[in-house]
Amino acid sequence: MLTLAQRDFYRGMCMNETLADAGEARAATSETPLSFARFVNVQKSYDGVELVVKDFNLDIRKGEFVTLLGPSGSGKTTCLMMMAGFETPTHGEILLKDEPISGLPPHKRGIGMVFQNYALFPHMTVAENLAFPLEVRHLSKAEIKEKVAKALAMVRLEEFGDRRPAQLSGGQQQRVALARALVFEPELVLMDEPLGALDKNLREEMQYEIKRIHARLGVTMIYVTHDQTEALTMSDRIAVFNDGIVQQLASPDELYERPENAFVAYFIGENNRLQGEVTERIGDNCKVRLDSGDTVVAKAVAVSGAGTRTTLSLRPERVSILRGDAAEQFENQFTATVQEVIYLGDHLRTRVSVCGNDDFILKTPNAQGYGGMRPGQQIQVGWSSADCRALDA
Amino acid sequence: MAIPSYATRGERIWHYLFLGICGLVFLFLIGPLLVIIPLSFNSQPYFTFSKEMLTFDPAGYSLRWYHDFFTSSAWLNAIKNSFIIGIASTFLATVLGTVAALGLSSRYMPARGVIMALLISPMIVPLIISAAAMFFFFSKVNLAQTYVGVILAHTALGIPFVIITVTATLSSFDTTLIRAAHSLGANPTRTFFKVVLPLVTPGVVSGALFAFITSFDEVVVVLFIAGPEQRTMPIQMWSGIREQISPTILAVATLLVLLSMLLLTTLELLRRRSERLRGVTPE
Ligand SMILES: Nc1ncnc2c1ncn2[C@@H]1O[C@H](COP(=O)(O)OP(=O)(O)O)[C@@H](O)[C@H]1O
Ligand SMILES: [Mg+2]
Repeated sequence: MLTLAQRDFYRGMCMNETLADAGEARAATSETPLSFARFVNVQKSYDGVELVVKDFNLDIRKGEFVTLLGPSGSGKTTCLMMMAGFETPTHGEILLKDEPISGLPPHKRGIGMVFQNYALFPHMTVAENLAFPLEVRHLSKAEIKEKVAKALAMVRLEEFGDRRPAQLSGGQQQRVALARALVFEPELVLMDEPLGALDKNLREEMQYEIKRIHARLGVTMIYVTHDQTEALTMSDRIAVFNDGIVQQLASPDELYERPENAFVAYFIGENNRLQGEVTERIGDNCKVRLDSGDTVVAKAVAVSGAGTRTTLSLRPERVSILRGDAAEQFENQFTATVQEVIYLGDHLRTRVSVCGNDDFILKTPNAQGYGGMRPGQQIQVGWSSADCRALDA
Repeated sequence: MAIPSYATRGERIWHYLFLGICGLVFLFLIGPLLVIIPLSFNSQPYFTFSKEMLTFDPAGYSLRWYHDFFTSSAWLNAIKNSFIIGIASTFLATVLGTVAALGLSSRYMPARGVIMALLISPMIVPLIISAAAMFFFFSKVNLAQTYVGVILAHTALGIPFVIITVTATLSSFDTTLIRAAHSLGANPTRTFFKVVLPLVTPGVVSGALFAFITSFDEVVVVLFIAGPEQRTMPIQMWSGIREQISPTILAVATLLVLLSMLLLTTLELLRRRSERLRGVTPE
């Protein structure tokens, strides 16, 4: 990234150049687009002792839907509040369109925000709530009326303009909050667990609704949640947060398929864990001797060399049950004892003991030939080294 | 309160006894006030019901004490003083108390407990001590026997009420509303007038009412600080009883009762309106 001084210099150059050169320069910038919002080495401490956010770096592109995902207390809200201007970073810089915004008070940042408890003004009607940011911006009465009507239509609450927030259901209040954060057409919208208070069906409906609006308006959104399903279904990219740092920043499929450390593997989706020690590295793979004595070939992701402790992570659906015909061959094959079979309609969850792990889960489709397993039965299971990731201990 | 059909005889007796006790309490509290009202229409210069009054003879009634009141310069001056001092000190106490309550509820406020205790102290310290202290201090700075002095003294007495009522309202105030207003582009001033103030109005209004009533019937501080020019109603009534026993005082009392009822009704209507606004009781 360019520093501010460099960028100004760069701009000045562009102005003085011939058209052709300017075109070239533009082509060059489109290859490395200036980021829209950026956290640079941000740290935050409330009490001056403990760092709640340790070293937060995040580069958000225009129009992106980025989610901060992490367990409760991991500092997600704090990061969002620093972007909105309600908390100041103890160290580091936050940039909006490459301008530092630490000197701007919250009301001058022009960032839309949806709060977890909606924060609708109880003494105003829905329409007055939506008009509030427009009145602040001194729009004409006619313009306000038009925009409010449009915003209400967007969240499908046309008939509710005259109601007060207390007369709406939770889902409706949520829609009003969303409309209010968008009605003044901010370029960036922050959402802090906006669906946390809704029941499951409504939550899924609203996830879809928010995605639809995001796609239609093309605004940049930073979304905070502790619900991994929500993050996976909605986001372009997800920053997994723990311990005040970003554990991994990647697209949903990347996060699920290729977690880079044990925390991400554990936090996103279900996974089986096996503990052991690396005995040998073979190219991208490594041999791991498990604490149970078995040897497993795994993909070396976050291990250095022989002798390092590691956690192997393996998705339940990537483990196959082998039947006698030996049609399939895996690098890793073991005998497992069935402990429990749970019928879930479209699939079966089978808990087995294998490699010293009694909580090893298999997920098998409820297709022909998979039924009929009984607790106590011995079965053969296998998985490929590519699906078994050797992560930090 | 209906008696349930399964009530025992003892419970029935207790129920009626209870009603009786309640009635007596009301009688002793309100009776003296109610007696004043007809007596103030007495045509005789006495504090007792005349024979004519008891037989509802129109000759027994008159408006002479009201006439007396409205033509007496002493009374009119007193009531004018009471209103000037009451309104001015209520205004000051309301503004200062509200601002203090807002500041004290901020999470950045240091030494909150100490400051709160200090501001509330005029309500706790015996009035005579405050009054004497103010008298000595105000004499030094040439504020004794001035309107400003009395107004400032009553402001100090009224502030605790405003702080307490506004703080109570603020405790149920959702501070994310302030953040929401900022995020929508409202600067702190606009946020205060459009979001905070409308929502804490019930607390501010009842605080103001308490402050006004405190000033309106305050005697001790006025005795110490006010000069003859700043004579207020309570002082006038007090000396009225001591010096020239005249039923004019009954007419004044009746008017004051009316005024209090008016104030309380207004307050209640305001409270209901703001509750409706806050959506507590959706219609
Ligand atoms: N205003 C505050 N003052 C002091 N500590 C705070 C404050 N807000 C949050 N914290 C602390 O910072 C940590 C992170 O909080 P938060 O950002 O709210 O996490 P999350 O949103 O991920 O649940 C928590 O340990 C919390 O106790
Ligand atoms: Mg949070």
